[in-house]
Amino acid sequence: MTGGPVRLLAATADTGRVGPLGLAASLILVAVVVVVSRWRHLDLGRQVVVACALALVQLLLVGVGLGLVVGDGRPLWPSWIWVAAMLLYAAWITARRAPEVAGLFGLALLALAAALAVSLAVVFGLGVFRLTSRTLVPTAGLIVGNALTSTVVVARRAVEDLRDKRPEVEARLALGLPAEQAARPHLRSALRTALSPQIERTRAVGLVALPGAMTGLLLAGVDPLVAVAVQVVVMYLVLGSAAVVGAVLALGLIPRLFTADHRLRELPRPADSA
Amino acid sequence: MGRLFSFEDVAVAFQGVALLEGVDLELPESGCTVLVGPSGAGKSTLLRLCNRLEAPTAGVLRFRGEDVAALDPLRHRRRVGMVFQRPVAFGGTVLDNLRVARPELTVDAAAEALDQVGLPPLFLEREQATLSGGEGQRACLARTLLTEPEVLLLDEPTASLDAGAATGLERLAKDLAGRGTSLLWVTHDAAQAERLADRLVVVDGGRVEARWT
Repeated sequence: MTGGPVRLLAATADTGRVGPLGLAASLILVAVVVVVSRWRHLDLGRQVVVACALALVQLLLVGVGLGLVVGDGRPLWPSWIWVAAMLLYAAWITARRAPEVAGLFGLALLALAAALAVSLAVVFGLGVFRLTSRTLVPTAGLIVGNALTSTVVVARRAVEDLRDKRPEVEARLALGLPAEQAARPHLRSALRTALSPQIERTRAVGLVALPGAMTGLLLAGVDPLVAVAVQVVVMYLVLGSAAVVGAVLALGLIPRLFTADHRLRELPRPADSA
Repeated sequence: MGRLFSFEDVAVAFQGVALLEGVDLELPESGCTVLVGPSGAGKSTLLRLCNRLEAPTAGVLRFRGEDVAALDPLRHRRRVGMVFQRPVAFGGTVLDNLRVARPELTVDAAAEALDQVGLPPLFLEREQATLSGGEGQRACLARTLLTEPEVLLLDEPTASLDAGAATGLERLAKDLAGRGTSLLWVTHDAAQAERLADRLVVVDGGRVEARWT
């Protein structure tokens, strides 16, 4: 049992490099899911295979792209273009998820850019990491990726809550309360929904599961305490940026969901407006 | 008698559908004006225009001679209070709910506000959402009255109440009208309209069909 494949797998674990055989081995559990799905008629096999194949293709493409942008001694401007593209894509995704909100693309872009600017200023301005192409894209990716979850949840929840609780909102408006106050309980609830998972993850980190950045560094052979330090930075940034992006978005939603004379706009369900 | 609201060729449309068309109507000060008509006739839209929860897509609505569109909407809404078809609870106790209308409200003043609508002070500590339909509607009325409105708009306020609670609310409304608050009451119940109306406006198909004093 000390032959080629086993030795190869052991070697990849030591260096953090994954070869084709390691990649294939990681598919064993996926294969188990497919077999179980067939056996129990769960009808999940195709979805799982498609999801895995898509993830592989997407990540390979990203890997090839990153290879052109990221590397020692590479100039920074291609990385900044990459970051700008990430921001634009994230804003587009947010706008698609809440089509009822006019001008959401611009607002989401502003919120994401604000969160990213604050986070990057902290990370690179205070010297947590050195600003290189190798640090810029992954750091920005982490922040934008997590902030995107926040923008989508805040936008969706705010729209749905204001629409479903229109009588409550209008009863507040009818008492002479301004739109900001009439919307406040609903925006607060949307923000809580968006931030609660991040807060819970931060609270339980290390006890329930080792987080992604730390796991990656440990697999790559980095000293555990160094991995912990990086993870802490990442975690605080993710939490902070999610809060900043949620707050900016929530504030920016008010003039988009209410008229200038403090009336709640009609918010037809996406299916209704189709 | 002065004009409370004047509708001048007012129309409201939503997504191409006319909710109100060519409404010309003058509502005088004081007393109880009842807007009566079948469901979907446009009565509630008329009332919502008065509180500026809706804006006309055509025509002009005036409040005591001034174009409502030119008034400060927040101040206007406090002058023209509104009670909705179903009692709306904001969460928290009745006292919490009353303080949404007037944040600096003392417990004594809150008890007085409840007394005005026939609820005992004990209700202040009750969760608003746990009140019965009639109690909830009275608490909502107390909340609206805390803004000291000169006009009270009531959009089918007895629709979700039993007969006893509905009669109690009608009596309360008549009492308020007697004390100088102008009332606009929307109903589809002709008998209720007859009981309450100092003047009657019949609305149907988005138009004012008739009026009697």
